[in-house]
This record gives sequence, C-alpha cells and structure tokens, in this order.
Amino acid sequence: MAAAGGLPASATLLLLVIAAVAVAPLASAVRPVSDAHRSAAAELFAASPDGSFGDLETTYEAVRTFQILGVEKDKGLIGKACKFAAEKLASSSSSPAKDLFHAARISGVLKCSVDSGVYDDVATRLKAVIKDTNSLLELYYSVGGLLSIKEQGHNVVLPDADNTFHAIKALSQSDGRWRYDTNSAESSTFAAGIALEALSAVISLADSEVDSSMIAVVKNDIVKLFDTIKSYDDGTFYFDEKHVDAAEYKGPITTSASVVRGVTSFAAVASGKLNIPGEKILGLAKFFLGIGLPGSAKDFFNQIESLSFLENNRVFVPLVLSLPSKVFSLTSKDQLKVEVTTVFGSAAPPLRVNLVQVLGSDSKVITTETKELQFDLDNNVHYLDIAPLKIDVGKYSLVFEISLQEQEHETIYATGGTNTEAIFVTGLIKVDKAEIGISDNDAGTVESVQKIDLQKDTSVSLSANHLQKLRLSFQLSTPLGKTFKPHQVFLKLKHDESKVEHLFVVPGSARQFKIVLDFLGLVEKFYYLSGRYDLELAVGDAAMENSFLRALGHIELDLPEAPEKAPKPPAQAVDPFSKFGPKKEISHIFRSPEKRPPKELSFVFTGLTLLPIVGFLIGLMRLGVNLKNFPSLPAPAAFASLFHAGIGAVLLLYVLFWIKLDLFTTLKYLSFLGVFLVFVGHRALSYLSSTSAKQKTA
Amino acid sequence: MPRATSDAKLLIQSLGKAYAATPTNLKIIDLYVVFAVATALIQVVYMGIVGSFPFNSFLSGVLSCIGTAVLAVCLRIQVNKDNKEFKDLPPERAFADFVLCNLVLHLVIMNFLG
Repeated sequence: MAAAGGLPASATLLLLVIAAVAVAPLASAVRPVSDAHRSAAAELFAASPDGSFGDLETTYEAVRTFQILGVEKDKGLIGKACKFAAEKLASSSSSPAKDLFHAARISGVLKCSVDSGVYDDVATRLKAVIKDTNSLLELYYSVGGLLSIKEQGHNVVLPDADNTFHAIKALSQSDGRWRYDTNSAESSTFAAGIALEALSAVISLADSEVDSSMIAVVKNDIVKLFDTIKSYDDGTFYFDEKHVDAAEYKGPITTSASVVRGVTSFAAVASGKLNIPGEKILGLAKFFLGIGLPGSAKDFFNQIESLSFLENNRVFVPLVLSLPSKVFSLTSKDQLKVEVTTVFGSAAPPLRVNLVQVLGSDSKVITTETKELQFDLDNNVHYLDIAPLKIDVGKYSLVFEISLQEQEHETIYATGGTNTEAIFVTGLIKVDKAEIGISDNDAGTVESVQKIDLQKDTSVSLSANHLQKLRLSFQLSTPLGKTFKPHQVFLKLKHDESKVEHLFVVPGSARQFKIVLDFLGLVEKFYYLSGRYDLELAVGDAAMENSFLRALGHIELDLPEAPEKAPKPPAQAVDPFSKFGPKKEISHIFRSPEKRPPKELSFVFTGLTLLPIVGFLIGLMRLGVNLKNFPSLPAPAAFASLFHAGIGAVLLLYVLFWIKLDLFTTLKYLSFLGVFLVFVGHRALSYLSSTSAKQKTA
Repeated sequence: MPRATSDAKLLIQSLGKAYAATPTNLKIIDLYVVFAVATALIQVVYMGIVGSFPFNSFLSGVLSCIGTAVLAVCLRIQVNKDNKEFKDLPPERAFADFVLCNLVLHLVIMNFLG
C-alpha cells in the first residue's frame, strides 16, 4: 500500500521526467536521408588541419559521400585532394593497383584535370596487373581503376575482356558467393559483391559484347546469393558472412553495401532484368536507413553510397513509408501524416496508401476497416484524420498498404505491400468524482466528505487523530470515456514543521482510484509527529496531456506521544536537490611509518653481529681443528661434499624464501632437496661412523 | 676480601684446568654455543638502543641464535662420552639430528622473519 513511502519530491519529479522521455525512442525509425546526414557527414569526414582526409581510400570515401549528399567543399580542399591523387597517378609504375584505383576514382569524383599521358601510363600498368594476377581484389582494383578512367572521358578498352570475365567468374562458388583467390578455401559474401562490381566493370570496358550465356550464369549466381540473405522480423534484410569468425570478416554493413554495389552495377550493364524479389531490395533499403546516423566514417560512406545505388537502380527502386511524427494528440485533432518517398526523400510515383489495420499495444486488433489516406500534392504527404478511427490514448501499431496506381510502375518500384508503424496517441484525461474525507472506523461511517475539484489547487482543511482514517478517491477517464490507469498516482503528506515527507501509491481499480490511510498503522512511520501535514496528489502518464501535481490542502493530525524507543525522524536537507550534489570528501588516513634508526647505527650493528663468527673461527683455529676426518676415498668424499652442498642449498633456498618465494614454492623445492639431503647425509655419516668404529676396534 | 679473590682465582684456575681436559669436539660445540649467544646478545643490545619496531624480525633473529644454541647443547649432551645414557648413540647420528632440527628451526625463522 505504501510502496513508495518516504520518496522525496525530487524523486517524484524525476519519475515524471522519465515517463515523458519514454516516448522519445518511438521517434527513431526509418526516415529518408535528410539534412541530419549532411551535417553528420561534415563531422565524420572532417579534414585534418593540413586539409587532407587521410589515406587515399578515406579521401575517396569522403569526396564520394559529399558528392552524393550534394555537400559543397571549398576549392582549397578539392585542390589538395586532387593533388594527392595526381601524385599517386604520376608514379603509376611503383604504386599498387589499389592506390591507383582510389586515386583514379578521386579524380573522377572531383573532376580533377589529369594529363591523358598519365592516364595512358596508369591504364597500361593496370592492364599488366590484370594479366598477371588471379587475386579477386587485384582484379577488382585494376578493372575498377580502368572503368573510372574511362568514365572520365579517356578512351580505355580492355582487349581480352572475355578472359578477364572468366578469371573472375572462376572464383565463384555454387552458393553464389566468391573466393578471394584460387588458393583460398573460404568463400565470402563480401567478395561476391566485389566480384559482381568487377564483372560489371569488365562488361563496360569490353570492346565487344561479352558472351550473353556467361551473363545469364552470373544472373543465376546473384539469385542464389540473394537466397543467403538474412532478415529481421520487421521486413529488414541484410547480408552477412556465413562464418563471422573468418579472417576477413567485415560486418553486415560493409558486406551488404558490397553486395548492393555489385548487384546494382551489374544490373545496370547487363541486359534484361534480374530476378530478385522487390521486398528484399526494400528490406536492404530499410536496413541501411534503419542504421540512422552511423558513428564511423566507413559505415557512413557504405550507408550513403548503397542508398544512392538503391535510389536509382534497374532492379527495383525501393519506396519507403515513413511518418514525420509518431506522436498524435487527440486534443489538437492531429492528422495522421504518412510520407512515401525514395530513400533520398524524392517524391514517389502516384500511389494509394490505405490504413488497413490498427493494433493495440498488446497486438489486439482494434479495427480492420480499410481507410484510404488523402494525398496532399503540395507537401507530398498522405493524410488521415485520426478522430474517426475511434482510437484512445496509448500505443498503437498501424498497418498501411501501398498500391501503385500505374501498372507499369510495378516492375520498377518496390513498395513491400504492407508496412507496420508504431504510433503514440496522447489526450486530455478527465478527472472527476474526487472526494476526500475522514472516517472513524472500519465500518466506514464517514463523518466529513468533501467534494474537491482536481482541475485546480484546492485547500481543504481536515483534522484527524490516530484512530481515524483519511479517504481519497477519484476517477480518471480517457477522451473516449474508458477508465485510464496512469503510470504514476501518488499521494504525498508533508509534515509542516520537520519537512518529513511520506509518499503513498494510490491503488486503482477498474472503477476508481481510492486510498485509505489508516493512521493507527502509520504512527510509527510518521515518527509520532503530530501537527499540520500538507497534502499533494500527483497523477502522471506519458499519454496524459494534463498530468498534474495538485495541492489538496492540509490535515491536522493528532498522534500519540512518542514512546522512548521510537525512531527519530531523519534530518531533512534544506535543498532537496543537494543530495545530487557532490558528496563530502573522504580523506584516508594512512598509518605513519615507524621511526627508523639512523642507517649508520644499523650498519654498525650488522658488522657487530658478524664479529662472533670471526671469534668463532679464531677459536676454532686456536683449538687446532682440522679436516683430517674428511674422507679421502673418492666415493665417500663425493658424498660428504654433496652433503655439505645440500645443506648450503637448503640455506640458500631459505634466503630466497625470505627475499621473494612464497611458502608453497619453497616447500615444494625443499621436499626435493630434503630427500636428496637425507640420502647423501646418510651415506656420508654412516661412512664416518663405520671408520670410527673400525678405529675403536683396531 | 683478598682471600675471597684468591679463592675465586683458584676456583677459576681449577675450572680452566678441568676444562682443558675436555675433548676437542666438545670444545668446538662450546665455542659454537658461545658464538650463538654472543650474536643474540648483540641483537638485544641493538633493540635496546633503537626500539623494538620490526618486532618479529628481532624475535626471529634472537630466537634463531638461542634456538641453535639450545640445539648445540643437546648435541653436546649426546656426543659427550661421559653420558652413559647416550652410550649406544653414535655421534654421527646425533649430528644428523642436529642438522635436521636446525633446518626445521630456520625454515620457521625465515617464515617469521617478514
């Protein structure tokens, strides 16, 4: 009943804020490419202070993205990039095909002026690479480089196009994927996209028609490749490698972009239509748009370039349905607006949008009546009044159906048929039958009941003792007259004198919200504090436009005297927000180190402890000790030496134990040394014993 | 008084004479005991001067000396031929015991040394 008891006001505010923010994630869904992408591009591809974008590949990605998005860059940057590319192209004999490929493409995008002599050299070099290599990437770079040079108005012809085509095709696998070279065992989806792009470049560069049967085979490969496409529940399709642990794994964005690039390029140059379902193309478009604004420049380039290929391709042009706003207010009679555009937001051909189904938040079908949306030609928006839909506040899923008006467009555009969008409807909630009063006992004979108006602050004045109860009840109903259960309904009692707050959750049933505060059970919780309590009621919900925090008035409580052991009320902070402020610093106290004697003294005593040893040795000499008893025969002598060496080793081990080893390592070594010592010691000492016994008997 | 001094002198002289008759190996052990106790005393003096701060180090230092001295005394008892009690015990066996006990003692000492 009092689950939230003691929650301070600041926390209540916080909860209300969180409820409001909870609507926000609905807003991020599929939307066409917009100015947000342009500003993101400017940030992601920011030139370094010296005016360069990094290496050739990054430079190409930057200038290509700017080209697609129509972002103008100043002349200085373009000049720098052109010079950078020209330097690489001029030294064509020493540069790898990859660098020439990127440099040629940079020149193509920026329309840099490059000498035709330079391009002749580059073309010769790239053709030489094509002859020598069987690596897919090398072929891709050189064919792509040649195509870029040709597109810049330079005359380039690939003489043995058929051979090159076969060389690339030879690397394809039966499932429509490609290998990187003849030696590699792994096939890759990314490589398939690269290969298709290279094949389309070969077809463009060929001096004569490429064998049409070969093209038909590649078309079949593409269909098989699209059989490996992966999908999410919401109609999003994407490509990813079969084995994500492969050495050259690139991630779904790069892989999908590669396939989109390859397939659309191939469809552009190959005659006839590719047999790919439109929903998969649309799904790919949804995948790239659904990423939103990627954080890395590489992903951003892949997203934008893939979308630009999808925007205008010969397979299917995807048409994306999106809602400019996903939150609708019943109060302001918002219109449901739907945009159907290409991925870059251009207008779609004439089409009809129908609302076919409305689903509630729990997937319950609200209505299945088909309603056609009106078309506003000026704003390119389809609209519908939501009032006749008879939908209440809350979350809904709308199912739209798109149908193209002209038959011949069916083969050009992919609309995907039905589209589901989530929306959120808000409205004014009616509050009435609010009553507050004090009752005496369980039977509920109410002494004083006051009707209050929760539309505005009221100031009822009540008084009660600990044997009485406070009752509060009210009803909430939606614009359509149904009962409404907000996320938060709290009653707050605040003691005037000590500022101690008590928060109670007001439970709601189907009919009404009602709370009964039995003060008898609450005296301890109230810390036996009698006096004036202010009453406040908070009702809040994300769908409720008139969420409120009302002052209801006050209640004079007469509670019994506190017994001896009663808990004291906690001290209330002057500023309730101060508990979010910095905490008091905890200073750690370390034990100050013991006073140590001067170093000299310690050294003197170290020397002194050595003195008795000297005395011991001198004493031994005075006594005339000798080593005559040391065995002279080789074997016993060896054992005796080993015995002494063993003792020395054990002592050395002890020193090591003191310096760095732990007990377990020490004991491990000691067990080996001990066994050895017992063995040699036994041998050495028993020899001595036997010799002395002999002397005795002799 | 002079009488007492001369008595003491006499006593010490006779003691010295009697001790001279002690076998050399026992004398070596005695020297060893004196050496150990002297080392312990020096450490005690050091502690008296600078205080007992690394107390476990002091304890292990002194107890190492005292412990080995006690072990040496035990060795002396066992090696002494006048002690009939240990007549059957060869001195080599006694020495082996001495070595073993010293090794165990110093393992503990090293552990305690810190």
